[in-house]
Amino acid sequence: MTGPLLVADDLHRSFGPTPALAGASLSVAAGEIVSIMGPSGSGKSTLLHCLAGIVSPDSGRVAYQDRDVVAMSDRERSALRRSQFGFVFQFGQLVPELTCLENVALPLRLERVRRSEAERRAKDWLDRLEVTELAGKRPGEISGGQGQRVAVARALVTAPRVIFADEPTGALDSLNGERVMRLLTGAARDTRAAVVLVTHEARVAAYADREVVVRDGRTRDLARTA
Amino acid sequence: MSIGQTFLGLLEAGPRHGYDLKRAYDDRFGRDRPLHYGQVYATLSRLLKNGLVEVDGTEPGEGPERKRYAVTDAGVTDVQRWLASPEKPDPYLQSTLYTKVVLALVTGRPANDLLDTQRAEHLRLMRELTRRKNDGDLADQLVCDHALFHLEADLRWLELTAARLDDLRRAVTS
Amino acid sequence: MRELLIGARMAVTGGRDGWTRALLTALGVGIGVAMLLLAAAVPGALDARQARGDARDDLRLGEPVPAAADTLLVAPLETEFRGRPVRGRLLRPEGPQAPVPPGLTALPRAGEAVVSPALKKVLDSPDGDLFRPRLGGATVTGTIGAQGLAGPHELAFYLGTDSLTDGQAVRLDAFGGGLPGEELGPVLILLVVVIFVVLLLPIAVFLGTAVRFGGERRDRRLAALRLVGADTAMTRRIAAGEAAAGALLGVVVGAALFALARQVAPLVSLWDISVYAADVRPAPALVAVIVLGVPLVAVLVGLIALRGVLIEPLGVTRRAVAPRRRLWWRLILPVTGLALLYPLIGGIRDGGRADYQVAAGVTLLLIGSVALLPWLVDLTVRRLRGGPVGWQLAIRRLQLDSATSARLVNGIAVAVAGTIALQMLFATVEDESTRSTGQDTTRAQAAVQLAPRVDAPAALARLRATPGLGHSTGTLWALATPDRPASTAPSLLVDLRIGDCAALAEYARLGSCTDGDVFLVQGPPDAPPVDAFTPGTRLRVGDGGQEGAGATWSLPTTMPTVPAREDPFGGIQGAILATPAALPLTALGPLGVDFFATFDRTAPDALEHLRNAGASIDRFASVTSMSATTENNRFTNIRRGLYIGATLTLLLIGTSMLVGLLEQLRERRRLLAMLVAVGTRRTTLAWSVFWQAAVPVVIGLALATGFGIALGAVLLRMVGTSVSVDWSVVGLATGLAAAVVLLAVGLGLPALWRLLRADGLRTD
Repeated sequence: MTGPLLVADDLHRSFGPTPALAGASLSVAAGEIVSIMGPSGSGKSTLLHCLAGIVSPDSGRVAYQDRDVVAMSDRERSALRRSQFGFVFQFGQLVPELTCLENVALPLRLERVRRSEAERRAKDWLDRLEVTELAGKRPGEISGGQGQRVAVARALVTAPRVIFADEPTGALDSLNGERVMRLLTGAARDTRAAVVLVTHEARVAAYADREVVVRDGRTRDLARTA
Repeated sequence: MSIGQTFLGLLEAGPRHGYDLKRAYDDRFGRDRPLHYGQVYATLSRLLKNGLVEVDGTEPGEGPERKRYAVTDAGVTDVQRWLASPEKPDPYLQSTLYTKVVLALVTGRPANDLLDTQRAEHLRLMRELTRRKNDGDLADQLVCDHALFHLEADLRWLELTAARLDDLRRAVTS
Repeated sequence: MRELLIGARMAVTGGRDGWTRALLTALGVGIGVAMLLLAAAVPGALDARQARGDARDDLRLGEPVPAAADTLLVAPLETEFRGRPVRGRLLRPEGPQAPVPPGLTALPRAGEAVVSPALKKVLDSPDGDLFRPRLGGATVTGTIGAQGLAGPHELAFYLGTDSLTDGQAVRLDAFGGGLPGEELGPVLILLVVVIFVVLLLPIAVFLGTAVRFGGERRDRRLAALRLVGADTAMTRRIAAGEAAAGALLGVVVGAALFALARQVAPLVSLWDISVYAADVRPAPALVAVIVLGVPLVAVLVGLIALRGVLIEPLGVTRRAVAPRRRLWWRLILPVTGLALLYPLIGGIRDGGRADYQVAAGVTLLLIGSVALLPWLVDLTVRRLRGGPVGWQLAIRRLQLDSATSARLVNGIAVAVAGTIALQMLFATVEDESTRSTGQDTTRAQAAVQLAPRVDAPAALARLRATPGLGHSTGTLWALATPDRPASTAPSLLVDLRIGDCAALAEYARLGSCTDGDVFLVQGPPDAPPVDAFTPGTRLRVGDGGQEGAGATWSLPTTMPTVPAREDPFGGIQGAILATPAALPLTALGPLGVDFFATFDRTAPDALEHLRNAGASIDRFASVTSMSATTENNRFTNIRRGLYIGATLTLLLIGTSMLVGLLEQLRERRRLLAMLVAVGTRRTTLAWSVFWQAAVPVVIGLALATGFGIALGAVLLRMVGTSVSVDWSVVGLATGLAAAVVLLAVGLGLPALWRLLRADGLRTD
């Protein structure tokens, strides 16, 4: 891999009259864990959404493996998110009707993997994230920390190149938060997946290789230290 | 950290040689700063003088100090008292960082850069501690977390200060 | 009381969402209330229509009225214009005090016409020329007022004349006061009762759904109230207040919608029936029941819905795993219904009690299908496994909460079950009341009949010249009888029919025929014999064969006897057929004309032209458009009512499905946005929405078909006919319902797309 895996350049994006991004730039190398920090309302989630092709910026460029994400059709971007990216959000990301196992298998099934095969691989990831016993339970019956670990398993099950995590520990206590972060970054390093981690907690950001600060919609890259 | 009380506490489990005490101390609490032998024996002799430990026996053989120490009842009471009394919270009312920020503002230097540089340094250290924590055992985790929480507190202060820089500038320059 | 007011305020405040919810409930309840009010107004509207019909009635049976200064001669000139019936009357006053029909200020003078506003519009349009000849060149001098018309779209005219004679007309000294209309028979009453139940029940179900719009959000709000110290009883009262407020708002909306529908009603004409706004006036007692009953029911439904929910200060717990649905009590309703209907099998009696018994039985049976539906959906969905992601999402959702979906389908199930039962009843009753006319439309699509006239051959030629005709055949006819003294034998009359070979071939199987031939036609065995007409017999022709009247003519000595053939009207009888060269046409006196024609496909108004041609030759000319069957007019009306009602009901249910769907989507918007973020295809989500709606619908339709057929069978047994199922009707009813569901889902999809756009994930 020569260039960076994922690049965002001078992104602008407004919601109504409120500017969320006003010149944000970022590049992520393969296998790198980058945290995006900033106070609430600084635009860090919007930056993540733009990077992941969920939201299109008003102006600016997003490139994944030198392919222009902004120019892609909605269908192409969906396919990209399915096959190349994984997602962990703060809460409310598991489908309440499906069991944990089915939730983890969902991205594979969206990729048209056979059900039995998808559930076998989902089972492996549940084991790895130490939530084997939750396979048959529904999200309503498990704790927040367990739910996040199931969500991490779901983000990793397709062996993505980039995992986007938006305040993955935001709703958890420190102990569970630490556990989720350890499992997430550990698994990401093992599978050589890059992680884009949005958080406002320095302790969570410290799991990354480096951090980018967003203030008023602009990124400030602090001294790059390895 | 009070080395004396720590020794007393360690001796409660059973009599030890000075060398054993140093190793046990370094293992559990030393981390960055292992004890000097001089420190060990100076402390032990002070404890001996105060009647908090006694010499339990002397091993036969060569060597400067083959004495084995045991804790006395007075020593146990001392440990008990030490553990029961709360530590005085450190107020950090005159921190170097605050001084630096105010100085920068007064002299018209960019305080923001100062804060960002400090922030980067803090985060660098936090990353390192996080890595150590993840590679280490439970004791490592606890020690690192203690440091991480303190660093995080500093960072929060840095962020808050950055957000209030304009107010502060007005206050110190008026 | 304070809690009720708090609830009422909560129904209308609470930001945009609160408003949307209140509006949806109000609209839903409003539509339901408007439908109920309209239904309540139907009998009144029909009565008003009937009353106006009675007031202008001009049929008289019994003692003829002698001519006087206050009498009037009236002759009907019924015709049709482009399939719409036209009521025409020819009026000739016999004195200055002649009665004036309702809606007219004065009688039209000879050569003047007064027309209904609808007919005036036709006459003023470019199509006016297609009708004007039927007014016989009269000038339109005025329009008929509302009190003289059945409805605003009725086509009608009164034509003044001075040439009407006693024999052609009825003499009146006043309009109205004729015989009252025929009462509906017991079977018809049964039908009407069942129709009302079948149409109003889904509306009731719909009302039940409408007052639950936004229920989940409401529950969360109640939880917030518990947090600040409300106890369970208080939350219940608050919920009741909220439901009542929504329903009251709905009643207001309903009244407004009803007023609107009332104003729009005169603009609409369905199957030749139109009503005046003033006719749409529900009985005050019914209005009171609706206005008070709907909010009451709303409160009850709201409280019942709360039973399944535990509202705690920290949130809402739905009784997570729904209590295992038990079958036995769900069976009580339909079984009771059947028990009520069973004694009536074998023949229904007249009298009010049976009506109520039927209504109660039918209602219970249909509500039974509603009670059974959640149980059946549960049972079915529990067993479903596998399938693609969209299907999996839908099924899992249904397994977790089938009640919500089942509720949406309830209305459809009731409507379809009722419609199937009714259609079965109809099919039989209709079979019995629809006679095959025997008319053969491949031979002729229209017939013109003219009374005997002197210039018959010329009239026939004019009819033939009508533009737009395909092939046509015409015959002249007169009645003939053997010329012998009346006392010697009973009078023996046959048609003497004159025409070319092709025209005569419509009445008999001629074999060979050339001009100059005469045939004796032997009718079917049960027809009067024609043996008396032996070759050479001298006949007396015309004027009903009266002795000494008309012309005489002798049959030729060679005259083949041929078998009769059904004429295009479906009649078959003995006759004498003669080609023109066989007899002295001009010497026979006045002859009638029978004319049959088919139409050229490319001339759409040929029938109107033919009517005009007929009317310009003889204003009493009968122009008939032929059809293979004719049915009892009353059934047509009832069936029309059913069709309108069923369609409206299904649309209403479609609306409530759509609202329910949108609400579900809104509540799950975060989840949907998340699914899109992880790369879920939109089509997958669309399929999941579709299956979630479709699975309960399929189950509901299956159940409805079963119940409908069962109810239909019971009704048929009550009427005393054998049970047969018309599967095309079943297919149509279920198909229509399925189409409504598809429509609702289809309309819901744009909302889904919109929800899936970008900012669904934003939390701040």
